[in-house]
Parts: sequence; C-alpha cells; structure tokens
Amino acid sequence: MYRIVKKRALHETVTLMEVDAPYIARKAKAGQFIILRVDENGERIPLTVAGTDKERGTVTIIFQKVGYTTKRLDCLKEGDSILDFVGPLGKASELEGMKKVAVIGGGLGVAIAYPQAKALHELGADVDTIVGFRNTDLMILIDELQAASKNLYIMTDDGSNGHKGFVTTALEEQLKAGVKYDHVIAIGPLVMMRAVCNLTKQYGIPTVISMNPIMVDGTGMCGSCRVTVGGETKFACVDGPDFDGHEVDWDEAIARSRMYRKEEATSMERKACNLMDVDLQTKRGGN
Amino acid sequence: MPNMRMTKLPAREQDPEVRNKNFFEVSQGYDEEMAVDEAKRCLNCKHKPCVSGCPVNVRIPEFIQLVAERKFLEAYEVIRSTNALPAVCGRVCPQETQCEEKCVRGIKGEPVGIGRLERFVADYAMAHGAAPAKPLPDNGKRVAIVGSGPAGLTCAGDLRKLGYEVTIFEALHTPGGVLVYGIPEFRLPKQLVRDEIKTLQDIGVKIETNMVIGRTITLDELLEEEGYDAVFIGSGAGLPRFQKIPGENLNGVYSANEFLTRINLMKAYTFPETDTPVQVGKNVAVIGGGNVAMDAARSAKRLGAENVYIVYRRSEKEMPARVEEVHHAKEEGIVFKLLTNPTEIIGDENGHVCGMTCVEMELGEPDASGRCRPVPKAGSEHRLDVNTVVVAIGNSPNPLIKNTTPGLETQKWGGIIVDEETGKTSRPHVYAGGDTVTGAATVILAMGAGKTAAKSIHEELSGK
Repeated sequence: MYRIVKKRALHETVTLMEVDAPYIARKAKAGQFIILRVDENGERIPLTVAGTDKERGTVTIIFQKVGYTTKRLDCLKEGDSILDFVGPLGKASELEGMKKVAVIGGGLGVAIAYPQAKALHELGADVDTIVGFRNTDLMILIDELQAASKNLYIMTDDGSNGHKGFVTTALEEQLKAGVKYDHVIAIGPLVMMRAVCNLTKQYGIPTVISMNPIMVDGTGMCGSCRVTVGGETKFACVDGPDFDGHEVDWDEAIARSRMYRKEEATSMERKACNLMDVDLQTKRGGN
Repeated sequence: MPNMRMTKLPAREQDPEVRNKNFFEVSQGYDEEMAVDEAKRCLNCKHKPCVSGCPVNVRIPEFIQLVAERKFLEAYEVIRSTNALPAVCGRVCPQETQCEEKCVRGIKGEPVGIGRLERFVADYAMAHGAAPAKPLPDNGKRVAIVGSGPAGLTCAGDLRKLGYEVTIFEALHTPGGVLVYGIPEFRLPKQLVRDEIKTLQDIGVKIETNMVIGRTITLDELLEEEGYDAVFIGSGAGLPRFQKIPGENLNGVYSANEFLTRINLMKAYTFPETDTPVQVGKNVAVIGGGNVAMDAARSAKRLGAENVYIVYRRSEKEMPARVEEVHHAKEEGIVFKLLTNPTEIIGDENGHVCGMTCVEMELGEPDASGRCRPVPKAGSEHRLDVNTVVVAIGNSPNPLIKNTTPGLETQKWGGIIVDEETGKTSRPHVYAGGDTVTGAATVILAMGAGKTAAKSIHEELSGK
C-alpha cells in the first residue's frame, strides 16, 4: 500500500498527489513513469513522474480526471492508500548536452514537461518554455515553470491568458524571429505533438516527444504500448517513452489511443454509481 | 495384485459445450475411489524409470503406493519433499513426455495417470489442511529471488527449508508469474496458485510485489546495498515476439501475453465489474501452435467469439502444444487452420482489424529444429475475415535485467548464459534458471532449474 501524503486540486479536472514510495523516489528521473492500480478490481494505468522528494521518499503524480480510473483515484483522500504503485519505468530522458531548448507542453502534458524543463535548467541549459491551455482556468504549474525557464510563453485557445492561439503559433514566432534551438521537447496531446513535429521538421530541429499509450504491465511483457518509430515497432514502456518525434507514425498512435473508447464509456456508465458512492462518503468524511 | 487395466482412468471433465462458455476448471480430477483404483495400476518398479523422467525427481512409485493404501497426506509429504508446487504440476506438466512416457505400463497400454494422481493428492492435502513443512533453523544467510514464477518459487521454497532468509521480488502486483498472468483459470485456478504460494509464505518466504529489478532496484544494489549473499534470477520469457508483417499494430491485434494478461491477471472476463477491458470480436484468429495459442483460443471462445481459428503454418504433427490441449480445444469448437501462414493483417477505416491475408503452406525439408520447414504454395493467397488477432508465436527473455547488470553474459537472443549443472551465471553469487535462460519452455523445467540453483546456492553459501 502506498499512502497519499498530500493531495491538491490544481484546478477542477487536474489533481496533484504526493505518494509515499521511497524506492521510486530514490531512483526516478525526468521522463520516467509509474504504473498504479487503485484497488483490487482496478486497471493498471501509467502516469508520468511529475517530481520526487528523495528525503521524504515521495513521488508526485499529476493526473486529469478523464476516465473511470482517474476519477476513482481522485476519490482517494490524503492519508488514504493506493493499492499498487510501481516504478520508475521507462528510460529517463536524455537531456545531457542540450544547450538551447524549447520545452513545449500542452494541457496536462505541462505536468510532464515541467520536470524536463527543471532538469534542463539544473543542467545549465537555456530553456524557453511554451505552454498551451484551453483557457486560463485550466493553467497549471505556471510559477514553477517560470522559475525553470529563461522565457515562458503562455498560449490559450480562447486568449483568456497569455496569447490566443496554439503552442505552434508561439514556437513558429520564435523560429521566424531567428531563435536557434538545438532541441525541441514536446509533451502533450498526440495532435499537438504531431503539429510541433511537423513544424520543427521544416526547420530541421531534432524533436523529442513523450508517448503515453495504453499499457498493462509497463515492463515490456504485453506490447500494448506498441508505437511505430522510423518504420520499426517499439514498446513505449521499455524503448521509450521518449522518441524522435519526426519518426513517429502519428496516425497509428492516434488510432491506438482510441482503442478502448467504447469500453471506457461502458465503465463510466455502469459504474458512475460507484464513483457517486465514494463521492458521498468523501463528503460525509469531511475532506 | 496390481490392477492390470490397460487404460488410464479418465478424469472427470466439464462437458465441452458447457465449459466453452465458462472459466471454471475443465478437468474435475479424480475422487478418492478413482485415485485408489488408478494407483493400483502402478507396478512399483524397482528401477523407477518414471522418476528419471521428472525434472524435480518426485519419488513417484512411493507416493502412488501410499495413495493405493489411502494414506493421502503421507503421499503428499513424499511429493512435497521434492516439489514445491504439486497442485500446479499435477495440472500443467506435460507428463506424456516426462514421467508417464517412461512408465512401464505404457509399453503395452496406457501409462499410469501419474499427473492426475499428483493433482488428486495435492488437492486432497490442501482441502484437508496438511501441516506446513518445517524449515531448518535460520542460518543467517540471505538470498534474493527475482521473479515469483515457477523457477523463483521453487528456488525460494528449497532455500527457505534449508534455513535461508529468502525474499522474492515480483514486478507485477500479484505473485505467481506465468501461473497467474499466462495460464488461464480454466486450466489452473488462481485460488490454487494463491494457496500454493501461501504454503511457501507460511514457512517464511517473503514476497515483495511491485518491485521491478533493474528499475526499482538493481541487481547490484541487492548484493551490495541490501546485503543479500546470493541472487537467483527467474524473470521468465516475458517479451512477446511478433511476425513483423504489415498491420500488426492495428487495433484488435494482441500479443498472446497481453490478451491473456488482461483476461487472467486483470480479470477482463468480469469487465465491467473489474476495470480492465479486453476486445474479443465475432471472429478471432490466434496465430501459433503452442500451449499459449491454445489458451488464447479457448479463452476467446469463452468470451463469446463465434468462430475461433488456430492459424498454424505447419501440420498438427509439428504443433508444440500438448496433445491434451489440442484435444480440449477441438472439443470446444476451435477451428484449426493448419499449414496456413498470415502475410498481412488488414484494417478498416478506423484502424481496426477486419481481416487477415493468409497463404497455404506445404512442408519441405526439416530445419534446424528438426521440424519440416513450411514453404508457401504458389497462388494460395486467401482472406480470413476476423475482427481480433492474437499473436502467439513465442516470447524472448525480458532484457531489463541484462541491460542493467554489467558483466551478466547473455546469448545473442537474450537468454542468460548459465552453467547447466549449477545455474551459475557469469557474475559471482548470481544464479539464473527457467525461461530467462532457456527461452519459453515449461513450468516443470523452470522448477527443475530453480531446484538446481537452490542446491548450488546452498553449496556456495554453506561452503560445501
């Protein structure tokens, strides 16, 4: 059992948890992920490590309440425990040697982009961070990113904060202005990462993306996380999750991410009552 | 007087048309009377050929005589003295190529049903509360075991009985390895695996789940920082192979590992009551001819597929699956498309499988494996309409430990290199056995390797 030592709503749909997991805290590096299972009937889902506190032995995860499992996870309170929590899985990001980098995060991807920006900053790289959100209410980790970045560019779909437009708009502006990045790191929804890669390809800038596909074991055993990179099948859990974005077969990745849409809807529909029950208990419990 | 009936007493079984819709165990085993009757067929040969056919050397005639005398718990003690998982072995061992193949009764008729008797004894003992084994006093030495499959459990059990402090590290959330994620409930009930593991925990074997050796903690750290005196690697063959044909990454294409893990470990057959789904279309093709392919096909049938095809490129004679498994699959309505090889998986506009192109094969000269090499027949291309494809063409050892343990020598294909007599690897104090050494094989061979390593570890650590 892995105790939740801290829980904080970053906004209505995104939650941060610090989980007591000393072995993982000791080892995890930027780019790696954990797999958790909320309870005995739960599915195994991967979540990127958003940070660690080695002294306290905690691992930070940030998740969006999009499906049944993440909603169920969000029903847990501080002091409750997650049944299974395993990691750190995947290869750590290879950040050594990068000098001037644009780190791009979209939506929840910002939670994953942040540890990368932070690690690069600590390695002495020059980091420009571009983040995109649907609107100002959904923004996360802005202060933290500010501290890790030379320049921070905020984009919102509706212009309610920063500039109106997509992350690619801001990146293109910089590139057109003659800013020379030796690397771009893009983390967010598949369509966003694809758009960034299409742009950076024109400028010939090496671009690393982070995949977050459906997984079961996360150790190379099942192959659920297959992704085609440069014409070859790779397993995101052991060969990634970082890949050369210019080589990824995005159409396939997008199709694969939708494989269980129908089942996810069934889960939500059939078990909405479970969530409501827990919700009620939570409210009665007064947290 | 021995019972001179020429045939093995059949075990009770669920009717095929009933069982192919449920996940309860197919075989119901023997009752007491049946067991005693079958046990009396054993001639109690002096030279015990059956024992030499058993990778863990169960004292077979001895336990069978005790069954004939209705001393079932004593029979269990005999089996358990060399076999850590009797209820498992009684169900999944290929007895027909091991102990039973050597049985003298098999020369003129059918051999004694050794596997069925072992199963009966194990089930009887579990139901009647056999006393836990008594380990020797603690000797102060510590051994780490990587992986809680058949190799690891056997090695752990043997060492614990010798007085070692033993901790098993398991990457998944449940111990048992392939016994829980691979072999389906209808062949090996999971409660039974839990019970067998509990008998090891009862004598003091510790199991740490959610520990991925190579990631959460490295093998070197186990030896240097955590203070273990030796390590046994029994991490299995967990890396699924694909055919590398077009369309393998379409939605609806599974590795057998994923398909079976979703069903067995994650209980997808009770979705949405449990949270992990699995997709089983109306028509399912399982590619491959081994036991894993049979397990996947029979699982798909149970999950409601109307037509399930085993697509195998050689003929039935070359199939690596046990005869009994093939027989059960046929009884349950699985269709065998033999001498057929897929060349492409076809997708619909949503990127989901809708068909598979296959060619017919004919058998040519024997290849390196001794089996005839299949060659495509010209102009035999045809399409099979399927909505789910399960690829069951084998697994390679998981490279995680190899990649994170400097100096651990492996074969080109990834298997850890060991001295066969001892299980010793190229690294001091590090032993290995099971599928991680041999590539995908059987439960009992892995158990045999776990036993061999336990013996060598004991020799090393006790200075013998």
